[in-house]
Amino acid sequence: MILQLTVAVPVLVAALLATAGRWLPRLAVDVAAVLAVAAVAALAALTLTRAPHHAQVSWLGGWGPATDVGIPLVADPFAAGLALITALLTLAALLFSWRFFTEIQAIFHTLMLLFLAAMVAYVYTGDLFDAFVFFELMSVVAFALTGYRSEEPSTVHGALNFGIIQSIGAYLTLAGIALVYARTGQLGLATAGRALAGTGGGHGDALVTAAFVLICTGYLVKASAVPFHFWLADAHAVAPTPVCVLFSGIMVPLGVYGIARTYWATFAGLVPLRAIAVLGAAAALLGAVMCVLQHHIKRLLAYSTISHVGLLLVGVAAHGPGALAGTAYYLAGHAGVKGALFLAAGALLNRHETVDEHELRGRGRGMPVTGATFLLGALGLAGLPPSGLFAGHAVTEHAAEELGWWWFTPLAVVASALTAGAVLRVWLGVFRGTPAEEDPARDGRDHGGQDHREGGHEDPETRPTLRTLPWTMVTPGLALLIAALLAGLIPGGPVGAAAAMFTDRDGYAGLVLDGRVPHPHSTPADPWTASGVAGFLVTVLLAALIAVYAVRRRASERTGGEGVLARAAAAAAGRLHALHSGHIGDYAAWLTAGVAVLALLTARF
Amino acid sequence: MSHLPYLAAGWIVIAGLYGVVTSRDLIHAVVCLSVTQSGTYVLLLAIGYRYGATAPVFSDRPPHGRPVTDPVVQAMTLTDIVVGATVTALLLALAVQVAKRRGTIDPDELRSLES
Repeated sequence: MILQLTVAVPVLVAALLATAGRWLPRLAVDVAAVLAVAAVAALAALTLTRAPHHAQVSWLGGWGPATDVGIPLVADPFAAGLALITALLTLAALLFSWRFFTEIQAIFHTLMLLFLAAMVAYVYTGDLFDAFVFFELMSVVAFALTGYRSEEPSTVHGALNFGIIQSIGAYLTLAGIALVYARTGQLGLATAGRALAGTGGGHGDALVTAAFVLICTGYLVKASAVPFHFWLADAHAVAPTPVCVLFSGIMVPLGVYGIARTYWATFAGLVPLRAIAVLGAAAALLGAVMCVLQHHIKRLLAYSTISHVGLLLVGVAAHGPGALAGTAYYLAGHAGVKGALFLAAGALLNRHETVDEHELRGRGRGMPVTGATFLLGALGLAGLPPSGLFAGHAVTEHAAEELGWWWFTPLAVVASALTAGAVLRVWLGVFRGTPAEEDPARDGRDHGGQDHREGGHEDPETRPTLRTLPWTMVTPGLALLIAALLAGLIPGGPVGAAAAMFTDRDGYAGLVLDGRVPHPHSTPADPWTASGVAGFLVTVLLAALIAVYAVRRRASERTGGEGVLARAAAAAAGRLHALHSGHIGDYAAWLTAGVAVLALLTARF
Repeated sequence: MSHLPYLAAGWIVIAGLYGVVTSRDLIHAVVCLSVTQSGTYVLLLAIGYRYGATAPVFSDRPPHGRPVTDPVVQAMTLTDIVVGATVTALLLALAVQVAKRRGTIDPDELRSLES
């Protein structure tokens, strides 16, 4: 009953607000939405405490496993934890938007609640087709939220790109689900998994491989693996800032969850995961490089999300309970840090009506809390102990070493250092720099003439009528940041046990179909390794070097000195920018190529 | 059951994708997306089809009559159509907004969002 309520409460309140919202005062709408989200958080927390000991499974409409067509909602500890993170991020975003938006209709709250419901339902569902439906619901609400300020040209353009690419991916996922049904006659993750394990004889044949590749395509588009990632920055740059918190913090990582869940519940052992590792590693690198090249802060944070979610994908592809436990830490830490950073960017947008790093130069001096958020956020992205990212990095690294993946540590260090360096550079420039007001014309010349203005003045989704930042705009970000920085202290025992439960296909089938909580043998995750701490120190040193170099170089650009190397780097950067063209045809072509690469790497010849 | 329906489904999906890639008009791109989705309808229905079977309506069916086609895939197709209608409506609305704000719906003339 709890699981149904977790999904039903936000849907019902959303319906109520959609119908009655226009007559209700703003305060009533805000309070109703916040209370509904708080209720979801409480229910998810309750589920999380019960999931390790009592089976949290409910078969909808009383159609139990014996009927063969029932649809279950299942909450194992990881699923409940993700639902809790989703609810907490939504709570933070709603509290922040309370004073952030000067004018907002109840339809915004309706969409946020539906978004929450769709994400929670997607996490809990134990059925392949339902997963597709909730995935699409989540996507459609996300398109609508992205295009919320529909009077802005770039907003609708970004939302349209997002919508078309995401939908192509989702339809390919549906085709894959249809293939699973064709083979097994089952749609439940557990029942289909049992049927596939019974027929395959250890290896999946061509049809199973095709089904896995197609299902993964949609989830990889959501998880923004290279080359499926193009929509992400376009959508994040234009979506309202509180919505970005949910996009980066949880919606994109849910794509990773989808792959992990589908693999371990249904396809475990039948297909290799190396394709996921390759595309994830590519995303980690390309996202980090693109992140450094941005000066639009929201876009910068969006590319950092691509990079970090790429690391999550590699963690899942490392294919074992140890790496998965690390990935869970990493996801929790990333959600909090990225949420806090986006809210801080929102605070800058509120005060100065722009999120362009150059225009903001030195103008953040009066905002100590926001500045501290950027500094701590940068350190968090670099893996400051005991943050979730630190624990995740250390645990995953240990598991990767056991697999012989020597490249994981350098990859993670470089990706984290580049993204943390970019955020650190923003902090140095905006909160420690001196305002460059003496020459307003210079900005335009430095950064590609007339195009520059595009990223500059945002139409006010918010207006700076507030004398100081109210507590509703400061507290949510701080709370998220503190939670993320302490997430590494979550005891390793339960996390390790949850990961072992997640990666046990027979255990999952037993949980869903027989209501037995599996207790597979597990090793507790141990984040406090010497190499983990050393990794953080190297990362933060590199990040500081990158940030200081970038600030210096910007200063030397002003005096006009440029060498051959700098010109070559600028040309390469120009090519990368041109690649992210905003052209929907290009994006669809890349997606098709990505499916081909995925299939080639997954197939056994 | 022959392979033809599966080939047709794959062909429709690829034709739709080709349309999106080469599109010179956002409305056309959205419609091509619907074409891609139609491929999944064909695929689903092909999976549940049986030669000689009748429609899965059980109210007036004699106890040992002809076999029926699989109702599960038909339910999935219906759900898929509903999802598709929602997506198409929303994307068309966004395309109309693009036309209003940018004055063009040719993807080649829309400027990059990368600053």
